[in-house]
Amino acid sequence: MKNFSEHKTLWQRNLWDRFMVALLTFSTIMVMLPLLIIIGYVVVNGISALNWDLFTQELGSPARAMQGKSTGLIHTMLGTAVVDLLAIIIAAPVGLGAGIMLSEYPDHKLNPILRVINDTLNGMPAILKGLLAFALIVKPMGTFSGLSGGFALAFVMIPIIARSTESALMSIPWSIREAGLAIGLPRWRVVLSTVMPAARTGLVTGFLIAFARAAGEAAPLMFTSFGNNYLPNHWTGMILGPVDTLPQRLYSLAISPYKEWHELGWAAGIVLLGFVVTLFIIARMLTREKNYD
Amino acid sequence: MLKNKKLAGAVVSEKTNIPNKKIEENGLPGIRMESRDLTVKYGTVTGVKNISLPICNEKVTALIGPSGCGKTTFLRSLNRMHDITRNATVSGEVLLDGRNIYHPKVNPVDIRRKVGIIFQKPTPFPTMSIFNNVVAGLKLVGIKNKKLLNEVCERALKQAALFDEVKDRLNSPGGSLSGGQQQRLSIARALAIEPEVILMDEPTSSLDPQSSSKIEDLIHELKKNYAIVIVTHNLQQAGRVSDNTGFFYLGELVEFGETEKIYTNPANKRTEEYLTGKFG
Repeated sequence: MKNFSEHKTLWQRNLWDRFMVALLTFSTIMVMLPLLIIIGYVVVNGISALNWDLFTQELGSPARAMQGKSTGLIHTMLGTAVVDLLAIIIAAPVGLGAGIMLSEYPDHKLNPILRVINDTLNGMPAILKGLLAFALIVKPMGTFSGLSGGFALAFVMIPIIARSTESALMSIPWSIREAGLAIGLPRWRVVLSTVMPAARTGLVTGFLIAFARAAGEAAPLMFTSFGNNYLPNHWTGMILGPVDTLPQRLYSLAISPYKEWHELGWAAGIVLLGFVVTLFIIARMLTREKNYD
Repeated sequence: MLKNKKLAGAVVSEKTNIPNKKIEENGLPGIRMESRDLTVKYGTVTGVKNISLPICNEKVTALIGPSGCGKTTFLRSLNRMHDITRNATVSGEVLLDGRNIYHPKVNPVDIRRKVGIIFQKPTPFPTMSIFNNVVAGLKLVGIKNKKLLNEVCERALKQAALFDEVKDRLNSPGGSLSGGQQQRLSIARALAIEPEVILMDEPTSSLDPQSSSKIEDLIHELKKNYAIVIVTHNLQQAGRVSDNTGFFYLGELVEFGETEKIYTNPANKRTEEYLTGKFG
């Protein structure tokens, strides 16, 4: 019998090992680099525009900024909150339902179709989802609105939530379901009371990831929530009228011809970045807490 | 929900007078359950074929045979656990108190409340306390009566010989118990809904000898009130606990009869070879 170590000497194997580790380290750095560059660049450029006014004043006309009057993005931040919350309220039940269907009823006739549709929806460009919301809601309502923006973002969230719900539920051993059925519980009750509680951190994580993904979308909002330089007179204006959102405001500030607005755009970038990164960190922390066996 | 409440309530209260009444109706004293020409297929692969086997009251029926011979497949068909197995098809009949549980009008949920099953691996519900684990079968169908739930919990845990070990920590998670305790918790959970028949799928195979012997004692205790079917790889165990034994081989029931007779004087050559360790 030939010993394995006779094929390669020890130092050869050590060298090979080092080479592989170096390769992996290089890949890791290449993954981290774009993120660090983005964060660094946005922070360096936007930090000077961060001030109290940003969080208390509305934007107003370009003249306001050029005359050195105080301007801010409070209406944008509130608008983002309203549109994103509307989106998650619309998307959560639908995505959850689809995810339960995918994971818990693999025998159901609709299951394979649902899977294909969901994957297609997930891969579809977000701007098409905006177009859909435009046709379904903006046209009949006759006005751009936070509601239509919420729907557009919900279309972004639904396939992500469905997939994350499916994988969170699938990670719960099948034996738990059998144990539930074995004591004479109906199938829906087994899912609701034994499988879903066990998968709750995974479910919440999925919601947060979908939320963070959609919160960064600008394209589907351009012709749905449209944008607005002012706070509406009444809070319902946020839902029924055109409303500002961070990603789309960032875009319009960046392409504007005013230097003051460019700075404000970087500040909007910092706020958006902080918002999304916070959500992802919470999601990460929740996943790490998962410790049942 | 209301319907379920009634159903569960009825199961709890009527328990004591069920056996005698049902046997009279049935006309076959002692036989609680019976399979007739039962065949289970997974897609085109046959799991078990043409099994006809009686399950008697106050008796333990052991199913033995080499791995993959269909014991578990047969056991799971007795309370319609195959309904959620992909590709599984069941033909033939299983009679419970004279009624076919595979009749299209029968709700599998009702059957599973009457025929409880305990699996090879303990499966406490991970997010529930010991108390909630035991009463899950009642609480989750809408029974909220605290007093009743407490009583049921105590009775089931006592029946499963677990009460003394956990009575001071009923609110700790079910997963915090040891493997043997978790298995007895699973048994308590099955007993809480007062089934008529208890199926056990190698209940001691993942346990240490001490826990195993506790569960064997438990089986002796339980058979006074229930019909029990146990699948086991442990021939000594089958000999110790059972009254009747069925020997399965390659998906067929080779021999069925009183345990004593099967162990001392089997009619079939393959049974003898298996029991004496010549194959399997």
